[in-house]
Amino acid sequence: MEWFRWERNPWGQEILIGLSWDLVWVAVAAGALLIVAHALVYYWRWRGAGAGTISETLPCSELVEPIKQLPERILRHSVASRLFHWVMAVSVLTLLFTAFLPIWGVKFSWVTAHWIAGLVLTAAIIFHIIHASLWKGLGLIWINSQDLSDGWLAVKQALGSTGSAPGKPGKNPLENKLFHHVVALATLAAIITGLIMMAKIDTPWWNRNPYVLSDDTWGIIYIIHGAGSVALITLIMAHLYFAVRPEKRWITLSMLRGWIPRERYLEHYDPQSWPVGAGPSGNTAPAVPKHSEAEGL
Amino acid sequence: MAIIQDMMPAFELFQPASVNDALALVNRHGKDAWVMGGGMDSLDWFKDRAKKPKVVVDLGQIKELRGIRQQGDGVEIGAMTTLTQVATNSFIQSRYGLLAQAARKVATPQIRNQGTIGGNVSQDTRCWYYRAGMQCYRAGGNTCYADTPTAMNREHCLFEADRCVAVSPSDTAPALIALAAKFVIRSSKGERVIEADDFFIGPKVDIKRMTILQAGDLLTAIRLPATWAGARFYFEKLSDREAWDFALVNVASAMIVEGGTIKQARIVVGGVAARPFRLKPVEDSLRGERVSEETAELAGQTAIWGAKPLNHNHYKVLLMKNLVKRSVRGVKV
Repeated sequence: MEWFRWERNPWGQEILIGLSWDLVWVAVAAGALLIVAHALVYYWRWRGAGAGTISETLPCSELVEPIKQLPERILRHSVASRLFHWVMAVSVLTLLFTAFLPIWGVKFSWVTAHWIAGLVLTAAIIFHIIHASLWKGLGLIWINSQDLSDGWLAVKQALGSTGSAPGKPGKNPLENKLFHHVVALATLAAIITGLIMMAKIDTPWWNRNPYVLSDDTWGIIYIIHGAGSVALITLIMAHLYFAVRPEKRWITLSMLRGWIPRERYLEHYDPQSWPVGAGPSGNTAPAVPKHSEAEGL
Repeated sequence: MAIIQDMMPAFELFQPASVNDALALVNRHGKDAWVMGGGMDSLDWFKDRAKKPKVVVDLGQIKELRGIRQQGDGVEIGAMTTLTQVATNSFIQSRYGLLAQAARKVATPQIRNQGTIGGNVSQDTRCWYYRAGMQCYRAGGNTCYADTPTAMNREHCLFEADRCVAVSPSDTAPALIALAAKFVIRSSKGERVIEADDFFIGPKVDIKRMTILQAGDLLTAIRLPATWAGARFYFEKLSDREAWDFALVNVASAMIVEGGTIKQARIVVGGVAARPFRLKPVEDSLRGERVSEETAELAGQTAIWGAKPLNHNHYKVLLMKNLVKRSVRGVKV
């Protein structure tokens, strides 16, 4: 297996062309391995210990004041957040299919669909950055010291330690934050290099000119683009796997309908860290009949 | 860069005597196998050391791939039939004069004696950057050297550029599409017959190939249906010199004209796109029109709609327009 593709340029120099496409299979294998490993560990350890059993509801009679005052549906994802997620999902899948199917031998006219999907993804990410920075608050996604200590306790617990259990997280658990940051890194690597690669395409605004960068620099651009794209294969496999797992169904559904049941909120989240009815900057969520909102990712 | 040495790198040569043997060889060696017809394109690649196959399967000994056979109302031409045989065959001349004329315009008598109809339609592009061994998109790299602000692209395309701007160099391919030919392809999976239109592909579909032929495929024959036999034909090729040169632009047209009115038409232009460029909008606009100067002028104008010339090939727009116009007026063939 090779890591990079090399070719000889017109001046007889060996130059980098891009990432070796053998790594696509490595990414697929890594994703499959992760899925199988998680499924086995979940089945043998957590499920065997009784953890992770799925309870659809908690008896409301157990709820006490003022928790009874909570709305039955807790808004987890605003319309804007859900719109961004699904636009990103469609554009990333389009990008991956148009990029890798031709490499795997499925030949079709892919270039135009690829760069248009790339521009859509870029616009969606710019929107997301502005929306998250100015409205939602970046604090929701930063990893803080509490996340790290709870994460460490969770790892110890998973390894069989009987020490103190980790506390409930705020709106975004540590694993969500880590996944977000890795996806953000891979996506930004792919789209920033992709935008530079637009110099090689004729558009109404400019004519293609590959000589804006040297061959070596183009090679590095292609490697970064390929590495981000290949990493996304593994990440999306993992994302889809967790999205379809039965015990995660309620959170997957929240990306469609926006809300989670009150019982899930009480079961999985710390109301102190994710107070219902107030945004991260203390804004009161808009009043919605039968709903309340805690803005965030 | 290509190293012009006239010394081919070593390869294992096979000369099978039957199509089945050839198929067994190309299957056994897969992408390592290079299928060679007359060798007019292949030997250039080998001598320039731009292509270094491990195995060459020479089809020259397969008799069943040679010859011109009447088949029902039409005709079947074996893929290894030489261009001279195609150009001089009396049946082809009388019924499909367009193809005879196109074959007659290929290169030189010596090349036509050795070059085959199958090889002529399957040959690779003549983009000089690519042929010189530069690692462009078509060669597996990530740059087109022919479409840059400083590139020499006088011979390159007007239509369907997609990273690569190379053109189809074949003279017979436009004629075969105009005649609604069908290409017979055999592989280990069996035989399939496809329209000539669909045999050629552009860089949008696969930047490394000019045709749909893949490893394991053999083009065995070309069939001409009777549909366009004896129609009004026109073929013209313009190149920098009269012989031994590839077309800058060529045009092939077949028209069924009754009482001065065009009933049906097929017009195909070569040298302007990575595949022979069929002018369906022009064909549609001609149907039901009378053959006249005005109709020809309109056809020429319609033909160049959407052309995107590069830095040095704007002249091809005018060339194409006038060739299409002349093909509708009809003088040659």
